Amino acid sequence: MSVTTPVLELRGISKRFGAVQALHDVRFDVRAGEVVALVGDNGAGKSTLIKTIAGIYRPDEGVTRWHGKAVTVRSPNDAAALGIATVYQDLALCDNLDVVANLYLGHELAGPGGPLGLLDELAMERRAIEVLRKLSVKIPNVRIPIASLSGGQRQSVAVARSVMRDNEVVLLDEPTAALGVAQTREVLELIKRLREQGLGVVLISHNLSDVFEVADRITVLRLGRWVGTYDAKDVGREQLVGIMTGAIAGMDAAPAATTEERLS
Amino acid sequence: MSSTLEHDPRVIEERADLASLLADYRRRLRQGDVGQLPVVVGLLVIWAIFYFASGGVFLSSFNLVNLTLQMAAVGSIAVGLVLVLLLGEIDLSAGVVSGMCAAVMAALSVRSGLPAPAAVALALGVGAAVGALHGVWITRFGIPSFVVTLAGLIAWQGLLLRVLDRTGTINLKDPFITGLAGTFYNGATAYALAAAFLAYVALGPVLAHRKRKAAGLSVAPLAYVVARAGVVSALVLVAIAVLTADRGISSSLVYLVGLVVVLDFILRRTRFGRMIYAIGGNAEAARRAGMPVKRVRTLVFALASMLAAWGGILGASRLLAANQSAGQDDVLLNAIAAAVIGGTSLFGGRGSVWAALLGIIVIQSISNGMDLLSLQPAIKFMITGGVLLTAVTLDAVLRRGRAAGR
Repeated sequence: MSVTTPVLELRGISKRFGAVQALHDVRFDVRAGEVVALVGDNGAGKSTLIKTIAGIYRPDEGVTRWHGKAVTVRSPNDAAALGIATVYQDLALCDNLDVVANLYLGHELAGPGGPLGLLDELAMERRAIEVLRKLSVKIPNVRIPIASLSGGQRQSVAVARSVMRDNEVVLLDEPTAALGVAQTREVLELIKRLREQGLGVVLISHNLSDVFEVADRITVLRLGRWVGTYDAKDVGREQLVGIMTGAIAGMDAAPAATTEERLS
Repeated sequence: MSSTLEHDPRVIEERADLASLLADYRRRLRQGDVGQLPVVVGLLVIWAIFYFASGGVFLSSFNLVNLTLQMAAVGSIAVGLVLVLLLGEIDLSAGVVSGMCAAVMAALSVRSGLPAPAAVALALGVGAAVGALHGVWITRFGIPSFVVTLAGLIAWQGLLLRVLDRTGTINLKDPFITGLAGTFYNGATAYALAAAFLAYVALGPVLAHRKRKAAGLSVAPLAYVVARAGVVSALVLVAIAVLTADRGISSSLVYLVGLVVVLDFILRRTRFGRMIYAIGGNAEAARRAGMPVKRVRTLVFALASMLAAWGGILGASRLLAANQSAGQDDVLLNAIAAAVIGGTSLFGGRGSVWAALLGIIVIQSISNGMDLLSLQPAIKFMITGGVLLTAVTLDAVLRRGRAAGR
């Protein structure tokens, strides 16, 4: 594997909700300019892990490192301050606002005066067009409300928002789940362009063809445990399904104690 | 690098000629955003009906000046309600709060002998405090604004009766207070006010057009922008000429239009305004984007109640009295109707304060016209109710069309 320090690195992450051990000793990392897919069956802990990275949950145990330095992420704001952007399935767009306003939601360019600061619409619009062009996002007009865009265009706007500010890691939760074939293609191309821009992309997906199309590495979770991280080139689809379901032993098979639990 | 990674300069269409303007309008129609054209047409129909039914009296300068006096109180309340509606909330206490704050002002001025400006300021403060209390209650305990402000409606009604319990009415004679609604501007002053207004609504868009063009962004054709500014200017100048043919531009009208201009500016041009629209469109998205959703909600309720208080004060100033029935009956109904008729959605995120102005002209025209025709209150209530229902139904139907059009 590469010698560069990962942008984001998690080690020994555990999270418990009452009697449920959602995550147990999970490791995960993502480097700049790569796409890491996070896969696993339902209940594997993908969402919990994403929400832990995004600062919505605080892990009970474990270390988070940002550029090799240990950090504590207590809230979504902490994660955002580090440079972690999350695109959830519901996209969190305001349908009534136009594309520019959504790209800048919560981070509007404005003059002094706090809440009464004047919005700099011209600068925002120019930069929005620039970013959308760089990502080749196809939008008829940046001043039309989100409500009039297609599902793929909305997803693209939501993803583009994550590069508006200097984020380094983008978490994408099932970005193609609700999309048709052409729109899925659009979003996958967009993910490749994020990688080109040097971002670390974390992709959660149930769709293995999507995963194999864009991912450089694949991390597999099963029942809240880390099972292994594979180079996408070195693992086949059948093999990956086997690892996800537990039919094939993962990288974690070494210690005897965990093997027993894994088989349970 | 694959070919898909090359930049395609045409991904964002930047055409903005007349054809694309039309296309844009068609798209908005399809999505149920009919703009304010139907309301304007409706208003012209209403004016025509009353003009003929009243034998021309309705559109006389005298009656139109009366109209500007009548609409200021409920209009101010409606402006505040637009802010609340933009958040997707409702304030049922606005009418009663307006009456209660007018009573507080009257009691402070007449009974406690406070200087009139101080009494007015304190009454506005009471309004803001009442709204802030509603807002804190709604955001802190997560109770729907409908319920909290309904409780407020009943409770503040009680306070209103209590403040006025000795006599039931307080007559207002202080020239400062009576002058709030009843001052008239004529001649040069009237045209100076019109010029200030036109600088915002007519010159503003033309200058914005130039700035966009200079910045290299897409613009609508200059001829279209200039023509629009010309039409608006002509309408305003005609209005000034008609109103100054009688008593003149009433301070009531100046305050109402001033409020609309200031709040329109805040809503469209400032960060606070953007937050209001964002929260009304998708509160969860706004929260995740780091916007202080609870604080904005509380502030808006405070602002709306303060505007209601101002409406109540203007109403008392016009009637030269604060009484126990102030802010009751159809005040709230009319204010909500004005906001909604003007095109503010009850579901949040859509509308503008201009809607309140347009809506109050419609509502007050109906009320004024029916008074001219000496219709029974029973008929008046039924017709006003029908107009409100029509407007809300229009909103709901268009909204459904928009959701389906996705």
